[in-house]
Amino acid sequence: MTLRLPHLLGLLPFLIPALLTGGGVALPLLYLVLRALEAEPKALQEVLLRPKNLELLLNTLALLLGVLLLTTLLALPLAFLTARTDLKGKRFFAVLLTLPLAIPGYVGAYVLLAATGPGGFLPLPRLEGYWGALLVLSFITYPYLFLSLRAAFLGLDPSLEEAARTLGLPPWRAFLRAAFPQLLPALLSGYLVIGLHALGDFGTVSLLRYETFSYAIYLQYTAAFDRVYAAWLALFLLLLTGGLLLLEGVFLSRLALAPAGKGASWRARPVRLGPLAPLAYLLLSLPVLLALVLPLYALFHLASRFPRENLEGVREALLHSGLAAGPAAALAVGMALPIAYLAVRYPSFPARLLERLAYLGYAVPPLAFALAWVFFSLKGLPFLYGTLPLLILVLAFHFLAESLGPIRGALHQVPRRLEEAARTLGETPAGAFFRVTFPLLWRGTLAGGALAFIGAVKELPITLLLAPMGYSTLATRVFSYTQEAMFAEAAPFALLIALLSAAFVGVLLWSERRF
Amino acid sequence: MLKGVDLAVYPGEILALLGPSGCGKTTLLRVIAGLESPDEGRVLLEGQDITPLPPERRGMGFVFQDYALFPHLTALGNVAFGLKGKDRLERARRALERVGMTLFQDRKPGELSGGQQQRVALARALAPGPRLVLLDEPFSSLDAGLRAATREEVRKLLKETGTTAILVTHDQEEALSFADRLGVMRGGRLLQVGTPEEVYLRPKTPFVAQFLGRTNLLLGEGKGRYAETCLGPVPLAEPAHGPLILSLRPEALRLIPPGEGPLGEVVAREFKGHDLTYRVRLLGTDREVQVQESPTAPYRVGDRVGIQVVGEGVALEAKAPVGTD
Repeated sequence: MTLRLPHLLGLLPFLIPALLTGGGVALPLLYLVLRALEAEPKALQEVLLRPKNLELLLNTLALLLGVLLLTTLLALPLAFLTARTDLKGKRFFAVLLTLPLAIPGYVGAYVLLAATGPGGFLPLPRLEGYWGALLVLSFITYPYLFLSLRAAFLGLDPSLEEAARTLGLPPWRAFLRAAFPQLLPALLSGYLVIGLHALGDFGTVSLLRYETFSYAIYLQYTAAFDRVYAAWLALFLLLLTGGLLLLEGVFLSRLALAPAGKGASWRARPVRLGPLAPLAYLLLSLPVLLALVLPLYALFHLASRFPRENLEGVREALLHSGLAAGPAAALAVGMALPIAYLAVRYPSFPARLLERLAYLGYAVPPLAFALAWVFFSLKGLPFLYGTLPLLILVLAFHFLAESLGPIRGALHQVPRRLEEAARTLGETPAGAFFRVTFPLLWRGTLAGGALAFIGAVKELPITLLLAPMGYSTLATRVFSYTQEAMFAEAAPFALLIALLSAAFVGVLLWSERRF
Repeated sequence: MLKGVDLAVYPGEILALLGPSGCGKTTLLRVIAGLESPDEGRVLLEGQDITPLPPERRGMGFVFQDYALFPHLTALGNVAFGLKGKDRLERARRALERVGMTLFQDRKPGELSGGQQQRVALARALAPGPRLVLLDEPFSSLDAGLRAATREEVRKLLKETGTTAILVTHDQEEALSFADRLGVMRGGRLLQVGTPEEVYLRPKTPFVAQFLGRTNLLLGEGKGRYAETCLGPVPLAEPAHGPLILSLRPEALRLIPPGEGPLGEVVAREFKGHDLTYRVRLLGTDREVQVQESPTAPYRVGDRVGIQVVGEGVALEAKAPVGTD
């Protein structure tokens, strides 16, 4: 279909917000590059050749690989047990096992610090540095891999395995050779999400004092005031992220796994566990205990020791979080709607690019994104720097992708035919959108807004770098109290975030109807 | 997609566009509706150029192949969608009544069967009183038993309301029985337009002849009122002279006990209940013809038979010679 000028004019209400969004994500990042290159050649050489860089790179990669390994060890058996076996209550366990997703990294680190070491309620030495960060990050990110693997296990076409059996393979080899390769895309997409989290994590590593790029950027920016070096470190981190995205793209394109037929309509018979069932329950309970029961117990336990006179601070932080996250979520939805609409209805290179940009704003480590915006706003929008609107704007650009997912999914459920039918019945393009598309989209839109809202409430580094002076939110309070080892003082803030985040997972499950 | 299509529809007429998938018939329908814009050419409605008009200002009804009912609205809500004014619900009810769906007006599309959805879609397209209704394979998602009955009802309804309609289909039987006139399309071109009888009995090209039911294509030499072929002289519907390609329907041939005239051997027999089709190889050649016989015909595979021409052949317009089947 060819696009004529009248068509393009009709698209204008969609085009303008879409382009704005592209600018909001791409421009600051471009400016970050410019800013990094601004340095004197000599200073540049000095910055690039610091031995610290290699150490940071190795630390970051070690954490990344460790997290990928540990999450695989956790998620693969859990997904298999909850999808392909005859365990009773496996759906219930599947929900429980997803919940740790709700815990932000800095709350995880806070729990670990508060629970162990001298003064902790667990008689364990304090876990800091690499092992602490590895443990916390793995236990809060494995649900991403678990969810995608479980969906893949459930979606496996059983006739593939049956075909392998009829070709003479015993059950477990049939699984390994016919079914397992079908799981690879799920494994890769899970790895991508977890990898981005591990690279972008700031809260965990900084509280547990493990020097990765994120932590070093923050130190350079706040303590050493070396902005050029901070820009360069952010650039390294961006390159690492880009490499990860590229790697995933290459692997995925190699795996051409489109099903050849329609696939069988029945599901595979569940595997009988028999006497192994208690062992399976033990395995399923372990992450629930460590990543859910323990943190909740710690939070309530510590919150009970919270000094009453500080309650006013809680109220204020809650208000601040809401005032930043609410408008940011509304803005994110407002931008996600036209982008999703363009991408689904007018699939073209520019539309794909815009969508990629929106996802890029999310994939970019938030600290690097925030830093890019600091530089960019100081140069281009100095009147905005240090104001609440800038914080809202950047949060919206970052969490845009969170809204995009559910909205895009819902839009796919509205075939183009429906809009065309409305047009032949006398509706304008905009009228067709509001009378037909939107009523079918509100569920996805609401879910998208809720995801962006909760994401923005949990967000730490962007808020730290861009909030107005003295503007403390739930997240920044947890961070600053924990840094001072004031665990009881931090508890109610962390508890509120954990509860809000539980709502996050609830919305996620509701919008995707995974269970 | 479309190459130089020139098509006119007259008021109150039902026109069918027939062709294999990918021939451009749906595209043509979407261009008429304004859902796609042509690179060249014009669309006229009652003498007015409507090419630049968006679909909502064309006043045409469209019945989509999968009906495209709005899943969030009831049957009544769907039908009332295109109506304006205070009495819109009343008018929507009347439209539903015409298709016999009054009882189901409060159901959502998901709670309706395929045939019921089809009626709602039709009522929705007809309710605003369009000047032209476009139907894109509207019967193809119905099962065979329901299809013929629905077709008849829809035809009756269109005729009663005096609505002009264009139907797109790949089913030749549907096109022949539903339309007042039909157009056969292939590769983005409109090959022939005419009444079902004209197009079936006087096809102009080998493709049209073959697409509308079975036929035998024979090479021959026109000798005025008849043509000389491998089956001997065949009477022609229209006088012709010189080398030509002939379409001869299987029902224009009969099998007789071997005797005078062309001889053949039965190579296949396809019993269909109300009739019987034989494939017969002409003796001494590798040429085969199809012959339609009554279901009581006694011949079996391997039998020697004589072939008698009882009907007329039609000379086709074809530039290049075409194989004889």
